[in-house]
Amino acid sequence: MELNGSQMVVEALAKENVSVVFGYPGGAIMNVYDEVYKQDHFQHILVKHEQAAIHAADGYARSSGEVGVAFVTSGPGFTNAVTGLATAYMDSIPMVVISGQVPITMIGTDAFQEIDAVGISRPCVKHNYLVKDAKDLPRVLKEAFYIARSGRPGPVHVDIPKDVTAQVAKFHYPENITMQTYKPTYKGNVRQIKKAVDAIANSKRPVLYIGGGAINSNAAEQVREFAKITGIPAVETLMARGVMGDENPLLLGMLGMHGCYSANMAMSEADLMIAFGPRFDDRVTGKLSEFAKHAKIIHVDIDPSSIGKIVDIDYPIVGDLKNVVEGMLPLAKEKINPTKYKSWRDLLNRYNEIHPLKYDDSETILKPQWVIERVGELLDDKAFISTDVGQHQMWTAQFYPFSFPRQFVTSGGLGTMGFGLPAAMGVKKANPEKISINFTGDGSILMNVQELMTAVEFDMPVINIILNNKFLGMVRQWQTFFYDKRYSSTDIEVQPDFVKLVESFGGVGYRVTTKDEFDKALQDAIDSDKVAFIDVQVDRLENVLPMVPAGGTLYNMMLEYKE
Amino acid sequence: MENVRRVLSVIVINEEAVLSRISGLFAGRGYNIDSLTVAPVPNTEFSRLTIVTSGNKRVLEQIVKQLHKLIPTYKVIESEEFVEKEMALVKIPLNEDFNGLDAMLKAYNGTIASSGENFVVVMVADDAKRIDNFLKAIKKYNPTDMVRGGSVALDV
Repeated sequence: MELNGSQMVVEALAKENVSVVFGYPGGAIMNVYDEVYKQDHFQHILVKHEQAAIHAADGYARSSGEVGVAFVTSGPGFTNAVTGLATAYMDSIPMVVISGQVPITMIGTDAFQEIDAVGISRPCVKHNYLVKDAKDLPRVLKEAFYIARSGRPGPVHVDIPKDVTAQVAKFHYPENITMQTYKPTYKGNVRQIKKAVDAIANSKRPVLYIGGGAINSNAAEQVREFAKITGIPAVETLMARGVMGDENPLLLGMLGMHGCYSANMAMSEADLMIAFGPRFDDRVTGKLSEFAKHAKIIHVDIDPSSIGKIVDIDYPIVGDLKNVVEGMLPLAKEKINPTKYKSWRDLLNRYNEIHPLKYDDSETILKPQWVIERVGELLDDKAFISTDVGQHQMWTAQFYPFSFPRQFVTSGGLGTMGFGLPAAMGVKKANPEKISINFTGDGSILMNVQELMTAVEFDMPVINIILNNKFLGMVRQWQTFFYDKRYSSTDIEVQPDFVKLVESFGGVGYRVTTKDEFDKALQDAIDSDKVAFIDVQVDRLENVLPMVPAGGTLYNMMLEYKE
Repeated sequence: MENVRRVLSVIVINEEAVLSRISGLFAGRGYNIDSLTVAPVPNTEFSRLTIVTSGNKRVLEQIVKQLHKLIPTYKVIESEEFVEKEMALVKIPLNEDFNGLDAMLKAYNGTIASSGENFVVVMVADDAKRIDNFLKAIKKYNPTDMVRGGSVALDV
C-alpha cells in the first residue's frame, strides 16, 4: 500500500487503537490535519494552547494506562508543548507527541516557524525522532508507541517535516517489533528475589516504600497482596497514592516533605526498606545522610539507572514490579509470618494516634482540608481527582480517601502549575462514566484557564474546585516560615470574578463561603453536567502541615506552626 | 567519595544526532568529558565512542547506566583492561636546533609527519599520560602549535 506521510500518521494511530488526539493545527502540520479531517478512526480535540494538548493527553494516559497522543505544529506550537513533555517525562507517562516541522529543504535556514525541535525535546523525552523520509515513518511510529509504553514509560516526540507529510512511500505497519539496542528487563533475577525475601524474613522492622512504578506496572493488586500476607506496613509517595487504598489498615499514608508523621517515622526507624518502584526524590528523602539510616534497602525498579542513583542499595532487583512481586509472593508466603511484625505495626499505629494528619476546623471560615475531605465523603471512588500544583495539591494527597490506582492525577516530578484543568479533561475523556474533579488554586487555575472553552466545546464537564486563598499559597507558606513574612509577589488579591469567568465560557460557577453552600454547589455542578468552577473562599493563611523543611530530616518534622 | 578517571567504550547505532544525545547527557547531568572520540565501526551500522571521564563511584555508575538508557546505545564497555592510545601532532619551526628530537620521537612511538620550508610536524601515539609528558618535553623546541586527538581504546 502506498500512502503519503500524513495518511501514514492516521493509519498508524488507527493501528495503535488511538481513540482521541489532542492538538492544535498550524502551517507545518496542515497536511496531517487534512487527513485528520477525512478519517473517522479517532476524535481530534482542538485545545486552545498547545501546552494543554500535552497535559490533556497526559491526563488521558495517567488515568487509563494507554498511550496519550497529541499533535502540534512547528516553532511556537512545539515550544509551547515542551512544558507538557517535561511534565510527562518526569513522571514516566506514556505519550506520543507528533510535531510538524518546516520542509527538509528549509531546515537550518531559520525559516518561518522553524525551531530545532528535537534539539529542544531531547532532555525532556524518553526518545525522539526527526523523520527525513516517509519510508521510515511506519517503523518510527511503531517504535514511538513501543518505546512510550514499554520499560519505564515516557513521552516520545516525533518531528515530521512538511514535505515528508506529503511524500508518498510504501506503507507497511510492523505487527511486532524488536529493537537490538532497546530491550527492557521485565523478569527479575530469581536469585536476587530469593535473597530479598530472605532479608525480609530476617528483618524486624520492615516497611514497604511504594512509588509511581506500582501504578505504571499495574501492580497494585500484587502489592496489596504482598502487604497482606506479610503484614508489613506501607507508605506511599505522591505518585503512588491509590495503590494500597486508603481503607487498607497497613497503609500509614504518604511520606516525605508533607507526609504523615507515622509514615516518616516508619522510614526513619525501619531496619529494612522494601522500595517498590519509587525514585528516592528529594521531596521524599529529606536530608540524605539521615534518610532511613538504620535500614537495608531492597529496590525493585524497571529502570536500572533509578537504582543506586540517590542512595546505595543492598538488594537491587531490575524488573517489572508486577512480575517481581508475583515472584516474591510464594516465597513470602512460605517464609514470612505476618504476626512477627505486630509490635512494629502497633508502634507505628501509636505514632499515628499521637500525631495524626489533622487541621483545626472552623465554623466561621472554610478550611481547604475540610473541602477535600468533604468531596471524599461525597464522591469517594465515583471521581477521578486531578490537581494543579501547590498547597491544594498537598492537601489533596493528604486528605482525599484514594481507593484505586490511577484515581489521583497530579504533576509530581516537575510540579507544573496549569496541569490540572487540561489533565482533568483528558481524564474525563478516558473515563466518561466517572466524575472528573480538579482541585486547584487561585494561582494555578489561571495558567491554563483558556481550556474552559475546550471543555465546553467537546463536552468534558470537569468540576474545578478552586481553593481560593488569594495567595500563591505554597510560596506564601515558605515566606511565612523562612522569609520573615516578606510576601514578595505572592499576594494575589486582585482576581477575576471566577463565576462570571466560567459562565462567559458557557460553564457554571459558584462562589461559596460556607459548608452548606459548598455541598449545594457540588451537587449542582454534578447535576448540571457542565464544566464548573466552585470558587471556595478558604482561610487565607492555612499552612500545609506537617512539614519537613527542605534538607531537614524525616524524623524531625515541623508538626505545628506557632506565630 | 574520591574522583577517579575512567575510560568507557560505547557502541551506538550510527545515526543522526546520536552524538548530541551523548554530549547532551553529559552536559545536562553535569558529568565530565575529559576526551571523546568517535568513528564508525567498519562494515556495521554502529559507531564506537571512546569517552574518558572522571567522577566518584556513584557518578561513574550513573554515567554507565544513563548511557545504557539511551535508546541507540548497543553496548557500554567499562573494562578495567583497555589498551588505550592517543595521538598528538606538534608543529615546530625549522630554525630550532633539532638535536635529540629523533630520540624523543622514538621514545613516544613518533615520527615526522610532514615538513615544509619553515616547519616540521611531528606525530606521536602513546598512552594518554605519556602524551602529557611528551607535550611537556617537546616544549624545548618551541612548538608553534599542537593538537591531541583524544583517547581511543580497545578492551582486552
